[in-house]
Amino acid sequence: MPTITLNKTVFEKLVGKKLTLDKLKDRISMLGTDLEKIEGDKIHVEVFPNRPDMLSESGFARAFSAFIGVKTGLRNYKIKKSGEKVIIDKSLKNIRPYTACAIVKKLKFDDERIKEMIQLQEKLHVTYGRNRKKVAIGIYPYDKIRAPIKFYAKDPEKVKFRPLDYPSELTGLQILSKHPTGRDYAHLLKGYKKFPFFEDSEGNILSMPPIINSHTTGKVTEKTTEVFIECSGFDFNTLSKCLNIIVTFFADLGGEVYSMDLIYQNKKYTTPDLRPDKMKLDLNYVNKLLGLNLKKTMIKKLLERMGYSYEEDYVLVPAYRTDVLHQIDLVEDIAIAYGYENFEEEIPNVATIGEEDSFEIFKRKIAYILVGLGLIETMTYHITNKEKHNKKMMIDLKCIQLENALTKDYNILRSWVIPSLMEVLTNNKHNDYPQKIFDIGVCFKENPIKETKTEEFTRLAVATTHSTADYTEIKQYLDALMRAIDLEYEVYDTDHPSFIPGRVGRVNVKGKDVAYIGEINPVVLQNWQLEMPVACFELNLTELFRLF
Amino acid sequence: MDIKKLVDSLHLLERAVLPYLDRPRTLKELEEKTDLKQVEIMRALQWLQNKKIITIKEETKEIVELDENGKEYAKKGLPETRFLKILKDNFEEISNVMKKVGLNKDELNVCIGTWKKKGAISINKEKDKLMVKITDFGKKLLKKPNYEELFLQSKFPLDKSTLKPEERYAFDLLSKRKQILKTSIVKTKIAKLTDLGKRINIKEIDKDVVDRLTPEMLRKQTWKNKKFRRYDVSINVPKINRGKRHFVNQAIDYVRKIWLEFGFKEMTGPLLQTSFWNFDALFTAQDHPVRDMHDTFYIKNPEKGRLPDPKIVKKVKCMHEHGGTINSKGWQYSWDQEEAKKNVLRTHTTVLSAKTLATLKKTDLPAKFFAIGKCFRNETVDWAHLFEFNQVEGIVVDPNANFRNHIGYLREYFKKMGYPKARFRPAYFPYTEMSMEIEVFHPIHKQWIELGGSGIFRPEVVEPLLGEAIPVLAWGPGFDRTIMEYYNITDMRDLYKNDLKQLRNMKEWMP
Repeated sequence: MPTITLNKTVFEKLVGKKLTLDKLKDRISMLGTDLEKIEGDKIHVEVFPNRPDMLSESGFARAFSAFIGVKTGLRNYKIKKSGEKVIIDKSLKNIRPYTACAIVKKLKFDDERIKEMIQLQEKLHVTYGRNRKKVAIGIYPYDKIRAPIKFYAKDPEKVKFRPLDYPSELTGLQILSKHPTGRDYAHLLKGYKKFPFFEDSEGNILSMPPIINSHTTGKVTEKTTEVFIECSGFDFNTLSKCLNIIVTFFADLGGEVYSMDLIYQNKKYTTPDLRPDKMKLDLNYVNKLLGLNLKKTMIKKLLERMGYSYEEDYVLVPAYRTDVLHQIDLVEDIAIAYGYENFEEEIPNVATIGEEDSFEIFKRKIAYILVGLGLIETMTYHITNKEKHNKKMMIDLKCIQLENALTKDYNILRSWVIPSLMEVLTNNKHNDYPQKIFDIGVCFKENPIKETKTEEFTRLAVATTHSTADYTEIKQYLDALMRAIDLEYEVYDTDHPSFIPGRVGRVNVKGKDVAYIGEINPVVLQNWQLEMPVACFELNLTELFRLF
Repeated sequence: MDIKKLVDSLHLLERAVLPYLDRPRTLKELEEKTDLKQVEIMRALQWLQNKKIITIKEETKEIVELDENGKEYAKKGLPETRFLKILKDNFEEISNVMKKVGLNKDELNVCIGTWKKKGAISINKEKDKLMVKITDFGKKLLKKPNYEELFLQSKFPLDKSTLKPEERYAFDLLSKRKQILKTSIVKTKIAKLTDLGKRINIKEIDKDVVDRLTPEMLRKQTWKNKKFRRYDVSINVPKINRGKRHFVNQAIDYVRKIWLEFGFKEMTGPLLQTSFWNFDALFTAQDHPVRDMHDTFYIKNPEKGRLPDPKIVKKVKCMHEHGGTINSKGWQYSWDQEEAKKNVLRTHTTVLSAKTLATLKKTDLPAKFFAIGKCFRNETVDWAHLFEFNQVEGIVVDPNANFRNHIGYLREYFKKMGYPKARFRPAYFPYTEMSMEIEVFHPIHKQWIELGGSGIFRPEVVEPLLGEAIPVLAWGPGFDRTIMEYYNITDMRDLYKNDLKQLRNMKEWMP
C-alpha cells in the first residue's frame, strides 16, 4: 500500500482544524487509511489503492476535513478556457493513443511544494498508473513551452533531446539503455518501432512518455508559476480522472486551472472536466444493506462528510473519485461516515444446518486412530524441490513446477509425502528416539481432463525410526489402522527404488492399489544423513475414502 | 520425619545393609558382612543417603603392601640377618657362607657393607680367600629386636597413617631398599548413620516385605500377612511420550467446531486453481497488483487450465469490461480469457466461496458456508510471513443479510478464539464493499493487530455467479497469527518447524 508524508502544519491549515494526536490517529484510521507514524512535523499515512485522490497532502486534507465535519460537501472548482490546443497524431495508434492535458497558472513553488508534486506524481504512477503502464504523467514549466503542442509517435533513433538530469542529448533509443529511468521503464516500449513524443510549436521535444521529460522544457523549479500537465495512456476516461486528481491538487494550493482542447483524428475533447458524475442512490438499499434506519437528511449529511453532494435521489460524485463504480460504493462511504465503530452487531435469527465435509471427518478419524497408536502428527509444506523429492529418494517422479518461485529450495509441488517425513526425521536427529510420526497432506499430479489439468490427492505417510524399526512394526500400524476402519487389504511384493529390495509391498484394497509399505533403502537413509533404520508406509486417503 | 513411614519405605537392599551400620563401615566391610554384590550395596547406600539416613564419606588412604622381595624376606628373614646368624666365632670362607645363606652377589655386598660398618663382623684375608667371623658386638646385636624384621611380619595391607613410631622407622628404612614395600593411594567409601539414621532401630528391621507385587505372589497368595514397602509417591518419574495431533491442527478442528455450531456448512476444494476462480470471478481486474508475479505463485506446467461454463465466463467478462447489467461501470478494460486460464496456487480461500456461489440455487437460500485451509503467497519467509498459511473463510448468502450481521458473526468468532476485543476498520479489497479490516486487541502487547480482510461481496461478484445481486457477507481472516499467542510462539516459522521436542511438549489446545 502506498504511504505518503504530510507536513503537520500545512495539513492542519488545509483541514481547517487542529486535533489532538490521539483523535487524529483515531479519525485517520476510521476514514479507511492508516497512520503509520509521526516524526516531528511529519505524518506518514497509508492510503488504500482505491483512493488515488488522497495521495497528496491537499487531497488527503480535502477528504479528512469533510470527514471530521469542517469543510463538507462537494467542492466546486472553476476552470477557465485557455483555448490552447494539443494535437494528437494517428501514428500513436496501438502505441499510446490517448492523452488528457491541462494548464495551471498562478502557482507558487518552493522546495517543499516541488517535493509534494513529485510525491503525488510518483505515487499515482505506481498505483493508479500501474507503474506507468496504464498512466504516465508529465508536468512541465509552461513558460518554457509554446502551444500548440503535438503528440505523435516517431522512429526513436531520429529524435534527439537532453533527458532530465542528464548531461547531454540522447536519441530516444539511447535513453532506454543509458538513462537510469530509461533502463527502469524500457520494458514498456519494448517491441515498438515508434516511440511516443510530445513536442511544442517551436520544435522542442518536451518528453518521451512513459519514460522521461526533457531537461530543458520538462523541469519544474522554484521560479515556475505556470505548469502544463499531460497524462498519457490507453483509456481516455482513466487519463481524465488522473488529470482531475492532479489539477484539483494544484487548485487546492491556490492555482488557477485552464482547460485545453485535445484534437484527435475524428474527435475533439476539452480537459480537464471537473463536472461531478451523477449517480442514483436507492435509500432503501442503503438502509437494508447496513441494517440501519437512516432518514434522507441523515444520509445527505453523511454523504457530505465524504465529499459528495446529494440532490433529488442523486449523488454528485467528485470528478477526482476513481473508485465509485456502483451505488454500493456510496453505501460504503455512508457507512464510513456513520462510523464502523457505531454499528451495533446483531446475529440474525435465521436457522441453517451446519455440516462438516465428510472427507474432513474421515481424515480426522484416521488421525486420531494413529494418535491412539502413539504417533505424533507433523505438518509439512506442499512446496519442495527436486533434490529432496526425487534425488535423495533415488526416484524420478514427474512434478508440477512453479513458474516464479523465489528460491530453488521451494519450486515444485510434491506428489508424495514420505520425502517430507524424511526431512522431518533428519531435522530431529538430536531428539529422543524412538520417533514415530505421521503426516496427512495434499499431493499434486497432472491430469489433463481436470479443470486445472492437475489433480490433488490427500495422502497419509507414517514413519517409525529407532534402532530396531522394521517391516513388522510398520505393518502392525497399517494393520491396526485397516482393522480400525474395517477394510480388508492385501500386501503383495513390489519394487520401489526408495525401499530395500525384497522388503517393500504394495497395499491393495478392493482391487485398488492404495499404498506402499516397507523399509527405507540404506542409500536413501545415507542421502538424508540418517543413522537409524526407517520403516514407513504411504497411503492414498482420497482413494481409500472412495472405497470406504 | 515419621520414622515408621521412613522404615516402611525401605527397599529390600536397604534393609539388608542397614543392620550393619552400627558403626561407620566401608564398602568392603559391608560386602563381607552382607551377601550382596558391590553394585547392590552401592545402590542401597545411595538410596539411604537420598533418604538422609546415612552420609557417605569418601576417604583417601595411603596403603602399604609387601613388594616382591618383601614377600620373600617376610618368609625367610632379611638377608643381612640370615647372614649374621650363620656366622661362627672362627673364620670361615665368605663364598661358603654365601652358598649356605643363599645370597646373590649384590645381597652379599650389602651384608658385608652393613655389618662391617657397625663392627658386627671381622674380615681376614688368607691366601686368596676372604674369611669372615662374627664379633662379640655382632652377637649382642643379634639379641636386640630388629624393627625391620618385625615390620615385615605385620598384617598387610597397612594404612600408612596409622603406623606406630617404630613401624614408621622401619617403613622409612625398608622403603629405601629395592622392591620390599610398595604404597598406593586408595579411595574408600564410608557409610555412617546420620542423626536421623540413629533414631532407627537398625537391628530390628523387617527384612521380609513385599516389593513388586508379582503374578506369582497373587497366585500363591504369598503377599498375605506381609507388609508392602511404602513408596515415595511424590517421586520424579522418567518422562514418556504420547501420540498427539499437531497443535495447529488441534486449533483448526476447534475453528471448524465454532462454525459448525453457528450453522455453517464446510467448503473444501483444490489448492491449485485457475486465475478465473481465484481472481476474475472475484472481480479482481487483470492488471491488479495482487496478480503480479511477486505476489502470486503461477504454475509452469501445466501453465493454463480450462474456463468453466461459457455463460459464467461471459457474465464475468462483461462485468469486468463494463459492469454487466447491474448499473455498474465495471473496470473499463478489455478482459483477456487467456489471462484467466492461468493456473495459480490459491491466494485465498475466497476462491472456494466464489465456486460455491456458482453452484447455489435460489431454493438453497439462506445459506452459510465456511472453510479453513492452506493458501499461498509468493513471499520471502520471515518471522511474520510464510509462503503457506491458513485462512478462515466464511460466507452468509441471504437476501436479508446486513452489515450489522457481518460484524456480529465476526465478533462472536473472535470471542471464541480468545479475543473479546475486536474492532473493524474501513479497508479496501477489489471484491468487497463494505470492506473491513479486522483487528483484535492483543492483551499482552496492548495494541491492535491486523488479522485480515472481510466485507460484503460487491454486486459485480455475486450477480454473475448467483444470477442475482443479493448480499453475501464474506470474511477471510488469517488464522496462524491468532493461535501464536496461545502457544507462546513469536516467530511464525515455529508453527511448522516440526521439531519433535516442541511437538511432544506443546500443550493441548484448550480454549
